Amino acid sequence: MTTKKTKWGALAAVGVLVIAFGWLIYGGLDSNVVYFLTPKELLAKGAQGYDKPMRLGGQVKPGSVVWDEQKLDLRFAVTDGTGEILVHSKGAPPQMFKDGQGVVVEGRYGHDGVFKSTSVMVKHSNEYKAPAKGERPSEMYKSLMESPAR
Amino acid sequence: MTRLLAFNAIVVALAVTTLGAIFGPIAVRKGRRDWLMYLYAAVYTNFALVTLSTLALIYGLVSHDFSISYVAQVGSRATPTFYTIISLWGALEGSIVFWAWVLAMYAAAVVWFNRKREGNLVPYAAVTLLVVALFFHILLVGPANPFLPVFPVPFDGPGPNPLLQNHILMGVHPPLLYLGYVGLTVPFAFAVGAMLSGEVADDGWIKVTRRWTITAWGFLTAAIIAGMWWSYEVLGWGGYWAWDPVENASFIPWLTCTAYLHSVMVQERRGMLKLWNLNLMVGTFVLTILGTFLTRSGIISSVHAFTQGTIGYYFLAFIGIVLVATLFLVAGNSDKLASDGRLDAPLSRETAFLLNNLFFTVFMFTVLIGTLFPLVAEAVRGVKVSVGEPFFNKMTLPMMVALIFLMGVGPALPWKKAAGPELKGKLLPGAILGVLFAAAALVAGARGAYSVLAFLFAGFALGVNVREFVVGANARVRAHGESWLVALSRLVSGNRRRYGGYTAHIGVVLVTLGVAASSTFKQEQEATLKPGESITVAGHTLRFKAAWGREEQQRQVIGATMEWMDGERVRATIEPRMNYYPTQDAPVPTPEVKSTLRGDIYLNLMAFKQDGSNVTVKVIWEPLVPWIWMGGLVLCLGALIGVLPGRKRTADAPVVVRAPALAEAQP
Repeated sequence: MTTKKTKWGALAAVGVLVIAFGWLIYGGLDSNVVYFLTPKELLAKGAQGYDKPMRLGGQVKPGSVVWDEQKLDLRFAVTDGTGEILVHSKGAPPQMFKDGQGVVVEGRYGHDGVFKSTSVMVKHSNEYKAPAKGERPSEMYKSLMESPAR
Repeated sequence: MTRLLAFNAIVVALAVTTLGAIFGPIAVRKGRRDWLMYLYAAVYTNFALVTLSTLALIYGLVSHDFSISYVAQVGSRATPTFYTIISLWGALEGSIVFWAWVLAMYAAAVVWFNRKREGNLVPYAAVTLLVVALFFHILLVGPANPFLPVFPVPFDGPGPNPLLQNHILMGVHPPLLYLGYVGLTVPFAFAVGAMLSGEVADDGWIKVTRRWTITAWGFLTAAIIAGMWWSYEVLGWGGYWAWDPVENASFIPWLTCTAYLHSVMVQERRGMLKLWNLNLMVGTFVLTILGTFLTRSGIISSVHAFTQGTIGYYFLAFIGIVLVATLFLVAGNSDKLASDGRLDAPLSRETAFLLNNLFFTVFMFTVLIGTLFPLVAEAVRGVKVSVGEPFFNKMTLPMMVALIFLMGVGPALPWKKAAGPELKGKLLPGAILGVLFAAAALVAGARGAYSVLAFLFAGFALGVNVREFVVGANARVRAHGESWLVALSRLVSGNRRRYGGYTAHIGVVLVTLGVAASSTFKQEQEATLKPGESITVAGHTLRFKAAWGREEQQRQVIGATMEWMDGERVRATIEPRMNYYPTQDAPVPTPEVKSTLRGDIYLNLMAFKQDGSNVTVKVIWEPLVPWIWMGGLVLCLGALIGVLPGRKRTADAPVVVRAPALAEAQP
């Protein structure tokens, strides 16, 4: 008899633990999931879009990049063709960062309409594509080697 | 030629494993033990064939035989030979070949060492190993065939992924991971063997595989630490763990395997948890296959995800088959799995192990759910999400801290029932050390609750585990008049599993201190510097001397020479670089790290002016990070101690070894 009782007790305890665990996980996921959005999708969210961790993906809008290398201050706009969002980031952009480049920025969209980014990642396809003139590694290397400022 | 040889060896291996897997059960059913040699011959032949195929593929790589599809995919004449050889595991198909080879090796070794064992456990385990090998052979002739013909034969290839040829650790981390991951197939095969042969009631399968499990666990541990190190040294963000799905894939089975290493002791000592241990081992194996699916199917994009294709379905089908088959086997054996013993007292080592298993299991499910959630969300709701560090940190920190606490309590608790006064003596040194560590952390500026608790419990666990060595060795010194070091080594070799375990605990403490210190006290700063200018981070001054360029065999390098200053004296020169590979349009940032016992200076070159007039560098002060790598070594040492054969016990030896434990148990 007692073994039967303990069995039910144990089962109930396991049940309570599983439910508590599920609830904790749900809460944890709910508040910490990072959504991946394009500028259009983010703008469509309206007030819902502010101040949540997210990843914003799109292209660097040509002509929008302002980079202050002394203050390490980077401003640019991300566009998906329809919408565009201003991004502000601290720190040097990655090497391949340039106009028209596909990027993913991580951070929060502020109430001031500027996306505060904590990291800027360049999306490069794995397929090989010949670098443009002046960007070829050998040329960058050469220009550094031959420069009088060295 | 090479291509046909390598491919046909796999085809024959496929046939041999199939025949063995069909023939083995027949031999056992008919009770023909004299036929078992043919089953075992299949295991050895498989090993020979896969070895042949692997060597042929390596030969193809080294001889730049671009008529083999895999060589055409990852080979290049410019790649140094070392990276050419290790590109065997640099892409999907080759990594499956390597996997099949490691599995064949384990299978041959474990069968060879146990071929004379009575009963049907070993034959059925051999059959299980053959079935798993069969699955990988199917992959190799199907969706992951590295031996396809290439026509016309190209003169040169693109070379391996630059990230994978940028650091020597690429030659270390993957083999360790395979040795760990694949090694876990051995205890799984014996668990299945025990269920098939009905020998689940005794601990045979656990005892036979004890060394194999510890070996696989040791390799997996080393692989995880080496992976952290690679990420730290290569990726340039200054961290070593990001809860990336790929990292999680290696960590999830480690959690269940570590739980198993503890819970088997409860079964061996007290005859409890038999059903649980079977499930834990089956689960661990399924999680290794799931991890391979996650990393190899291309379902998650990362440096590890090589390709998209049909291979994912093969993995899912295999996981399904394993789950269904083992479910039936467990259900069929459940009547034999009743516990012999029962929990005597809440304050006992059994309780510590039960809690340990509870936390490890919950930990595993947390990481698993967090890893799979983005896949489920995208499949079900069509939204792209990622579950990042905040979720994992928030959810797992409490469990980590609790486990470190248990690591201090467990070794102090005796089996069955603890008595108050003796427990106090055992816990006191740990408690003092813990308080000292926590106080030091508070003085240094730690304010987070988990951070302070991590230091407190790390010190506690260190004190308790070290005390076990000290007290044991002292008792031997008193009893035998041995010198202290001799006493220590005899103590350890007298009960290798116990002291190997405590050694591993000390390794975990070192890792904990490194992780806690570096995540609490890390400081970083970026700056654009002209030659002669300097930047100071956490009291360390770095001066930019010059930018430079250099040509290497397979790449071009641009670097910055930075001087770590000690007043006016140059303490060390550090050269972070960017490596340009001809086939890649983006450079690979190559940070450089200078290690000291107190911490690392981590430098990454972020950008440079084309004319060399300035560079942008990131400087990170990373306190105690080298302790993580040292802790990894100590963990492996613990596994090694647990695996090496024990000292032959002379007639009086058991008494001698038990003496201190007995003295404490009966004050």
